[in-house]
Amino acid sequence: MATQTKEADFRTCPVTTLQVHRPAELLITANAVTAVVFLTVGGILALLLALTRWQAVHLLPADWFYTFLTAHGITMLVFWIVFFEVAGLYFGSSVLLNGRLVAPKVGWVAFGLMLAGALLAELMIFTGQADVMFTAYVPLKAHPLFYLGIILFAVGALVAVYLFFASVVVAKHERRHTGSLPLVTFGLVVAAIIAAFTLISGAITFIPAFFWSVGLLETYDPAAYRLLFWAFGHSAQQINLAAMVAIWYALATLTVGATPINEKLSRMAFLLYILFINLGSIHHLMVDPGLSVVYKITNTSYIMYLAVLGSMIHAYSIPAAVEVAQRAKGYSKGLFQWLWRAPWGEPGFSALVVSMVLFGFLGGVSGVIQGMMQLNMMIHNTIRVVGHFHATVVGGTTVAFMGLTYYIIPLIMRRDIISKGLARIQPYVYGSGLFLLIVGMMLSGDMGVPRRSWDIYATGGAFTTQFPAFTDVTLAMLGIGAIVAVIGGAMFVYLAVFSLLFGKDLRK
Amino acid sequence: MSLAAPERIWWKPLGWDEKLWVWVSLVFCVILLSGMIVWHVAGLQTAPSETYSVSVERFTQLTDDFIEEYKVGEENGLPVVRPPAGGDAYVQASTWQWSPILELQKGQTYRIHLSSKDLQHGFSLQPVNYNLQVLPDYDYVMTLTPADVGEFTILCNEYCGLGHHLMVGKLIVTE
Repeated sequence: MATQTKEADFRTCPVTTLQVHRPAELLITANAVTAVVFLTVGGILALLLALTRWQAVHLLPADWFYTFLTAHGITMLVFWIVFFEVAGLYFGSSVLLNGRLVAPKVGWVAFGLMLAGALLAELMIFTGQADVMFTAYVPLKAHPLFYLGIILFAVGALVAVYLFFASVVVAKHERRHTGSLPLVTFGLVVAAIIAAFTLISGAITFIPAFFWSVGLLETYDPAAYRLLFWAFGHSAQQINLAAMVAIWYALATLTVGATPINEKLSRMAFLLYILFINLGSIHHLMVDPGLSVVYKITNTSYIMYLAVLGSMIHAYSIPAAVEVAQRAKGYSKGLFQWLWRAPWGEPGFSALVVSMVLFGFLGGVSGVIQGMMQLNMMIHNTIRVVGHFHATVVGGTTVAFMGLTYYIIPLIMRRDIISKGLARIQPYVYGSGLFLLIVGMMLSGDMGVPRRSWDIYATGGAFTTQFPAFTDVTLAMLGIGAIVAVIGGAMFVYLAVFSLLFGKDLRK
Repeated sequence: MSLAAPERIWWKPLGWDEKLWVWVSLVFCVILLSGMIVWHVAGLQTAPSETYSVSVERFTQLTDDFIEEYKVGEENGLPVVRPPAGGDAYVQASTWQWSPILELQKGQTYRIHLSSKDLQHGFSLQPVNYNLQVLPDYDYVMTLTPADVGEFTILCNEYCGLGHHLMVGKLIVTE
């Protein structure tokens, strides 16, 4: 491991004048490209699944549906998001700090572990040996190699998180970065702290599951598994939350030059995430046996909705920062000229707005509502839950990541975006499809439509079921929304991949 | 600029508008929390928490004894059971059925014990949309007073293998 920074390893970004560490650049590219490959796989599965849930179409046979549903969940929630987050962590700890990524070789080991784990899990799923869904609730059993794959991936990601922390410390130590951390890196530190908790929980959950699946452990208490699993499964989404908010600040700066109006407030909001957000894992256990009411209420409310307070602060300070920046440019006529004159054709800006609207108004609000113990009884395991997390993880996180990609490609990978016109409309197409999909799912769930069901009418069962006729409409919304969203997603993949391969080389 | 180090002293007081926003949000947080507590104490419907540890064999025995004692008929191969008003009733989930079918009386209160014979299942009473998680080894007791007469279906809304979507039971409420 080199102890001295070699200047030859750096180049200066002509746009931002930041010092870019070349080995970091390579790792960022490798992780981001892998992430997009998984996003593509997950997106194809998404279309097939949605066209099956839309019962008027009912595309896939039952066994394929459950296999693909397992694959879609893990591919998207874990592989796409975490690979991209690792790229983001390397970016935040090296490029933004003018520093180097310490021990790039360890970074490649982490990448290798994550990729091997992901491929192993995918192999088990697609060969039908792990039809257990993302949650893999015991005593439903998968092939041991499935659990091993997840464990390998979690260990690799943990190594990457460690590398992030080490790089931040070294950048300060070598005085390549002086003063407080940039807000974006601060947000990523928060994401990484939550990630450490999450990944260790993942290991604690899946290592016993692995031993249980090979027969070395006789039983695995289903309630204990659920408690442990959600310390991993829900917290993983809180990494996304913190990383997404950090990227919101980054996009606001990149697109309109916004400066956080009060660093103290924004940083305290991030701190609230570290302290309280992981209590939300109990949202999944609100109607579980074995837990007391006091325990449920304390946790589901994040003590006193203090993590929600954090999000409320960001929801105020980011638009406010945009407004201040816009007014400073002279767009200060009336109440809203700053808004009308915002760069709506800039994909980074529209992605920021789409992400904030879908996350805030659909995802966050629905999450707080359905995390309420009594209301949770009416939505637990219905497709409304699925609507909620598509709003947060897809509408929020994925859209924000897409927006950032439009900057990573020219700044880090130094390729011009090939079709600016397509990039201009992509966030809107994707966002409107998602809006329809999410609302369709939520309304269906409110009427009792279960999640993870191939046939809600139970044709051939002991009894058949009936739902209000309006579910025909809401399930069609789900299907049509998914088609539009997948078109928007395909536009993104096309833009990202083809810009990388055939975009104008900005180094020349 | 959120991408570079902030000015050296960034610990600054909040503006009046920021303070107002934080206070409004905080008040809202307190209202949400109190709402949940008040609802639990005074509301008509809240999530049950009464739980007992029970082995699968023991719960199967309890359910079989219950069926034998109070069985009044059969429908689609499933026993129909009328528990005594105010008494205990047992419903066991297994791949892929809910057994037995309960016949309850409107306005009477029952203690319904839920558990699973094998995997995790999701108790989803439709169309009232009332959902609980059902686990093996745990006896989850909901105290229920039916308010409406009619036939209700019990779906499974936790994935439990290839026949998951066929897992439908029934609950009948009579006058």
